[in-house]
Amino acid sequence: MGFNKIIKTAEEAIEGVQSSMTLMFGGFGLCGIPEKSIAALKKSSINNLTCISNNAGVDGFGLGLLLENKQIKKMISSYVGENKLFAEQFLSGALDVELTPQGTLAEKIRAGGAGIPGFYTATGVGTKVAEGKEHKVFNGRTFILEESLLADFAFIKAQKADPYGNLIFNKTAENFNSVMATAGKITIAEVEEIVELGELDPNQIHLSGIYVDRILQADDFEKRIEQRTIRGL
Amino acid sequence: MSEITGWSRDEMAKKAAEEIQDGYSVNLGIGIPTLVANHIPEKMSVMLQSENGLLGMSGFPTEAEIDADLINAGKQTITTALGASFFSSADSFAMIRGQHIDLTILGAMEVSQNGDIANWMIPGKMVKGMGGAMDLVSSAKRVVVVMQHTDKAGQSKLVETCSLPLTGVNCVNKVITDLGVFVIEKGKFKVLELAPGVTHAPLP
Repeated sequence: MGFNKIIKTAEEAIEGVQSSMTLMFGGFGLCGIPEKSIAALKKSSINNLTCISNNAGVDGFGLGLLLENKQIKKMISSYVGENKLFAEQFLSGALDVELTPQGTLAEKIRAGGAGIPGFYTATGVGTKVAEGKEHKVFNGRTFILEESLLADFAFIKAQKADPYGNLIFNKTAENFNSVMATAGKITIAEVEEIVELGELDPNQIHLSGIYVDRILQADDFEKRIEQRTIRGL
Repeated sequence: MSEITGWSRDEMAKKAAEEIQDGYSVNLGIGIPTLVANHIPEKMSVMLQSENGLLGMSGFPTEAEIDADLINAGKQTITTALGASFFSSADSFAMIRGQHIDLTILGAMEVSQNGDIANWMIPGKMVKGMGGAMDLVSSAKRVVVVMQHTDKAGQSKLVETCSLPLTGVNCVNKVITDLGVFVIEKGKFKVLELAPGVTHAPLP
């Protein structure tokens, strides 16, 4: 045991998750999402979840799967426009949504993981986002107080891990994954490859294994593409 | 109705590209702003930022180059430019909030004469969310809006006061429409240039 965090199944990945918990899901659109844990949650009877994720998946994939099953009570996101089911549940009142500017969302999570309860930002000043929030002027510029976010579980996706949970991300699939890893009481990393201890160059590690509690490796990530655009010839 | 059509989307993008200087880091929004990338002079070194975690975005990939892990903020598959770097969403917005990005070019539904911008929600319609727009407009060194001058009902989108929920206040520097180029100075729109054949652009 010790620092060995490798698990074998997606069921182990979601072990301990209960209804009404707050969960973070990494990813931007469908890029870099923890597919396996979402699939396992869909199979479970867990519901009434508060989900913190930049987006809400699409119909039939990503968090769209949990919406389909009505397992989500509240979403904290910056952009949810790709999901018809989401619109229906939101308009019927079945789903609560807290729209948060993307940078504020990222910083709320970063601050949460770093033990900082809140921070001031200029983002949203003069808009609906600022309503009811403390305003403060620094050097003549107005800022609002935003409170940080933490989660019971954070589900993230990386490319490569060693058994201690040191992670390497791939390209733009890092997005929210690295910060969310720091803000989960328990963090589960889904990875495409697990290498031997010592094989990762410590200089090149993107996220220290201290933030990762469980590692699930899989060979068959779907990695669906939302907008397949190719160069005109 | 007048016969004047003004600039096409691509011509608007070309006009917006004139805002870019050698050595700039630029964030381009979705829609017409995305087309601006096609008009950056080749002799210029410009880095395009994609807020999902990339500085140094290049064009769409070939079929063979497509990578699900490499997308832009519009969720389109893309490629990287020489000198590109990847980073987390938190770092990406540190870059934006910390004013390290020189220029933001984005679309809008309304811009008011004091530089307020509305581009994220229409009351009564399904709200999709503001994404990164509020962060971008509140902290960019310079904000240029590219949009059609009038809405579908023929009303000017350059207004005295925005009627739609705001994305940011007092933050837009310049507006490029199909009819012309307008700067915001001392709480008023000032015509810098009109598109060929256009003799009048409705302003508040």
